[in-house]
Amino acid sequence: MREYDVIVVGTGHAGCEAALAAARMGAKTLALTVDLDNIALMPCNPAIGGPAKSHIVREIDALGGEMAKNIDKTCIQIRMLNTGKGPAVHALRAQADKKMYHIEMKKVLEEQENLDVRQAMVEELIVEDNAVTGVKIKTGIVFKAKKIILTTGTFLKGEIIIGDTRYSSGPHNQFPSNALSDNLKEIGFKLFRFKTGTPPRVDKRTIDFSKLELQPEFEDKIAFSFENDSIENNLQRQDCWIVHTNEDTHKVILNNLDRSPMFNGDIHGEGPRYCPSIETKVYRFQHKDRHKLFVEPEGEYIYEMYLSGFSTSLPVDVQVEMLRTLPGFEQAEIIRPAYAIEYDCIDPTTLKPTLETKMIKNLYTAGQLNGTSGYEEAGGQGLMAGINAVLAIQGKDPFILKRSEAYIGVLIDDLVTKGTHEPYRMLTSRAEYRLVLRQDNADLRLTKLGYEIGLISEERYQKFLDKKEAIKEEIERLENTEIYPTDEGVQEYLVKLGSTEINNKVTLAKLIKRPELSYKALAELDQDRPRLPYSVREEVEIQLKYEGYIKKQQEQIKKQQELENKSLPEDIDYNEVKSLRLEAKEKLNEIRPLSLGQAGRISGVSPADISVLTIYLEQLERSKGRD
Amino acid sequence: MYVKDTIAAISTAIGEGGIGIIRVSGPEAIEIVNKIFRSIRGKSLLEVDSYTAHYGHIVDSTEEIIDEVITLVMKSPKTYTTEDIVEINCHGGMVPLRKVLDLILKEGARLADPGEFTKRAFLNGRIDLAQAEAIIDLIRSQTETGLRVAMNQLEGGLSQKVGEIRQDLIKLLAHLEATIDFPEDEIEDFNSDELSDRIDGIAKKVEKLLRTSQKGKILKEGIETAIIGRPNVGKSSLLNALLREKRAIVTEIPGTTRDIIEEVINIDGIPVKIIDTAGIRDTEDIVEKIGVERSEEFLNRADLVLLVLDAHQGITAEDRKLMGSIKEKDAVIIANKLDLDSKLDFTEIEEILTDKPIVKTAAVENQGIDELEDVISNLVFSGEIKNEDQTLITNMRHKNALDRAYQMLLDVKKTFELDLPNDFITIDLRAALEAVGEITGDTIGEDIIDQIFADFCLGK
Repeated sequence: MREYDVIVVGTGHAGCEAALAAARMGAKTLALTVDLDNIALMPCNPAIGGPAKSHIVREIDALGGEMAKNIDKTCIQIRMLNTGKGPAVHALRAQADKKMYHIEMKKVLEEQENLDVRQAMVEELIVEDNAVTGVKIKTGIVFKAKKIILTTGTFLKGEIIIGDTRYSSGPHNQFPSNALSDNLKEIGFKLFRFKTGTPPRVDKRTIDFSKLELQPEFEDKIAFSFENDSIENNLQRQDCWIVHTNEDTHKVILNNLDRSPMFNGDIHGEGPRYCPSIETKVYRFQHKDRHKLFVEPEGEYIYEMYLSGFSTSLPVDVQVEMLRTLPGFEQAEIIRPAYAIEYDCIDPTTLKPTLETKMIKNLYTAGQLNGTSGYEEAGGQGLMAGINAVLAIQGKDPFILKRSEAYIGVLIDDLVTKGTHEPYRMLTSRAEYRLVLRQDNADLRLTKLGYEIGLISEERYQKFLDKKEAIKEEIERLENTEIYPTDEGVQEYLVKLGSTEINNKVTLAKLIKRPELSYKALAELDQDRPRLPYSVREEVEIQLKYEGYIKKQQEQIKKQQELENKSLPEDIDYNEVKSLRLEAKEKLNEIRPLSLGQAGRISGVSPADISVLTIYLEQLERSKGRD
Repeated sequence: MYVKDTIAAISTAIGEGGIGIIRVSGPEAIEIVNKIFRSIRGKSLLEVDSYTAHYGHIVDSTEEIIDEVITLVMKSPKTYTTEDIVEINCHGGMVPLRKVLDLILKEGARLADPGEFTKRAFLNGRIDLAQAEAIIDLIRSQTETGLRVAMNQLEGGLSQKVGEIRQDLIKLLAHLEATIDFPEDEIEDFNSDELSDRIDGIAKKVEKLLRTSQKGKILKEGIETAIIGRPNVGKSSLLNALLREKRAIVTEIPGTTRDIIEEVINIDGIPVKIIDTAGIRDTEDIVEKIGVERSEEFLNRADLVLLVLDAHQGITAEDRKLMGSIKEKDAVIIANKLDLDSKLDFTEIEEILTDKPIVKTAAVENQGIDELEDVISNLVFSGEIKNEDQTLITNMRHKNALDRAYQMLLDVKKTFELDLPNDFITIDLRAALEAVGEITGDTIGEDIIDQIFADFCLGK
């Protein structure tokens, strides 16, 4: 029997980050997977990023995680979304070669010091005195560890549904994890059932691409990882295409609704609203005469094309029929049919903000098992679970990101404070401090924290400090560079740029604030401008241009901070706190928030309850002082 | 431990007695009050000693005097809350009291929560531990009373109107957020006219509700009315005529000065307060006695202006000047001395002051006074107020929240006009939504996201 510090069960996007973080922090780590050939599998979209998700990827990177580097290595197409909607919501989205994504990540895991990767089906947790001490695998072997992190994704009692066919299965027909699900229930966890789905994969040789609309790529190959200046890999870039459904498609779908398990009652699991099946979209929005679909490549050696927006649980014959109504798909062949999958997850409100379960000590959970959806959301949680497991072993304070620090902070706070009724996807609109949680400044927000934890190397940290200094210096320079109305050519140049003349001397920093001007546009008036990398220029421009709005948001954060900093002792019995309303008592006892700020976000806890708690805390502190 | 901002509230029972006290506590208390306080001796509150009282005026942003006050400055830590505290003793009754509080909130203080001064006193160690329970009960009961009062007010029209504004904001935000969070879905972007119209539409609704709150105030506290006019046009005879008989309620607001006197008359149940200076009835001529400047001060402060013209003399240059100064006000033109020959050119009056009602009187003969009362009554009740289900916001908190929402919407407008991207527009829209939510007790929560999925077909 071998003993580890940390065992990670599952090697999806959460498991990989958890295992790597733990090993890199010096913990002897074991990662167990049902199938070594499916490490970091992308069972759905062959893509990473998008609004809010790209933010998470960059946060993972700033904290020393792997996802950003891995997509940079395996990206075959990249786009920057939302460029016209404000810097905070710019979002990178990259198509991945999904086989290469797996191979590269597997290699990183295998080559990681302190990390063993083994193929095994975990069936049981060994629990003694409400603390987990190890796992038992199908062959009866027991691995012991100080901390166990479960990242089982959609494997728990997974069931694939295609029309009236339903069978027990993990994603992409892998072995489901049935025994472990039963074991969790025996231990006392309440599991609930979610559903998600994936569209058909179509043989690219049977598609007439001349009838499809080509989706343009973003010219600057901006990298996800702050360690890379741009995306440079040897993979062949591949195109994405757009196609629309039409009345014929909708007719096929509506005629066959009774054969959709989504509609005939065969699916009970709660599905995500942002990822509806095509039958749901057609049925709910009948006034829409077409729906947009994306035809995405899955990789260099793969003939399958992913038909994004066409996920369904209709039977295969209907899938083929509706597919062939699409222009360019008249002869199309489905290689893998679309399917819905139902699976067990745990209620995330039973977790602490460290992602340790409240019920069983030393047991952490992360990823889709916690009711989320998306590779990025999973990766972020995996990283945090890995970090906190090791910090706990080291006897250090837990690492909890605030809502004002990171989308990962928003994600975990939402999960453990409010729970979720559908597979939770991160959206920028979930972040109240969106303007300061940009993807461009993820390194400025988090690199220092990653360095302190031990996941950012000395070399990278030094590079980061240099960048920070460069930004500061350039901003100062711009604030001190004055332009006079009498300077030659100034007025003409400003007018040429669609701006107005200046009446008095003005600094370049002030001019950049004009909506119609930019850092780049003012280069001509800026004789002494140093050559700076894109990442520095971008930061300088955003920080100057939107200074007023950023300051306003920082004020809001500061106000909330006092409440966030006021911690609530773990052992409060809220029933003892007089004057709390009954509902507040129940909720507080259940969620057990770590701070007054978190307490205030629990539904059913009112501002007056927070006032009462504030007084109670003070009372508690003073009586302690007396003892 | 709490958010260490500066809070303010009226700390005397509302509606009783002429003197009211506003208490301001927090790190910026002295600074904030100093901005709106003009000491008679020209002293700055920033330089005075602790526990000293100062006589002077509270002024608004145009240096207009709102009330005559005594401020008491108490410096940290030897105060009730252990923070800097300023207490302002106002003399002018409810209307100026509220105006002063309004000014303080505009300068950056926050309206105190129920029991918050006491809560701070406790948290800062000023109050004994034994009293903690009592304080918790106090906060709880005050909050609940407050909520009950608020809920009563919210029944019917107001909650519906606030709810409507809230829904408008959520819908607009959901649309903007949907285009941000789902850029690859086919959601139509707003064109700029549409967006501008939507923001304007919501701002208008908030403004209308705020105006209603103004009327709500009027019913409770009366309208402040100024009688203006050149010397010898018959202002005092008019006042005497209005005050005549039993229905006249003469109250004098006791203060340290006899400068300001309010005569309150009851017209159709509306308390009409005539702003007057000491002895308006003794001397004929307000302008003569206290000067044109003071007269203008009253003018600005008044909710309603009664401009008296001498029909017998016709329109003089000075009359024209006065007419010009009341264009923006609710006003009634009184053509007095119609018992004598009239030389008034009514078309000229109508040209300068379009839409202002003109009433012909002979004040000494008591002619036209009933008609004047009707006109005043109609002005106040015009359109809405007499309806039973009228939405009246009298709660300061509600007004404050609406004020902030309105301010945020103006900021949204500014952002929009600067042509900044949609993300920036959502920032203040959200803040407006939060402010409106304070009235109904709704937090944002999942509302926007739910609305996104209700309105748009999204997802890949």
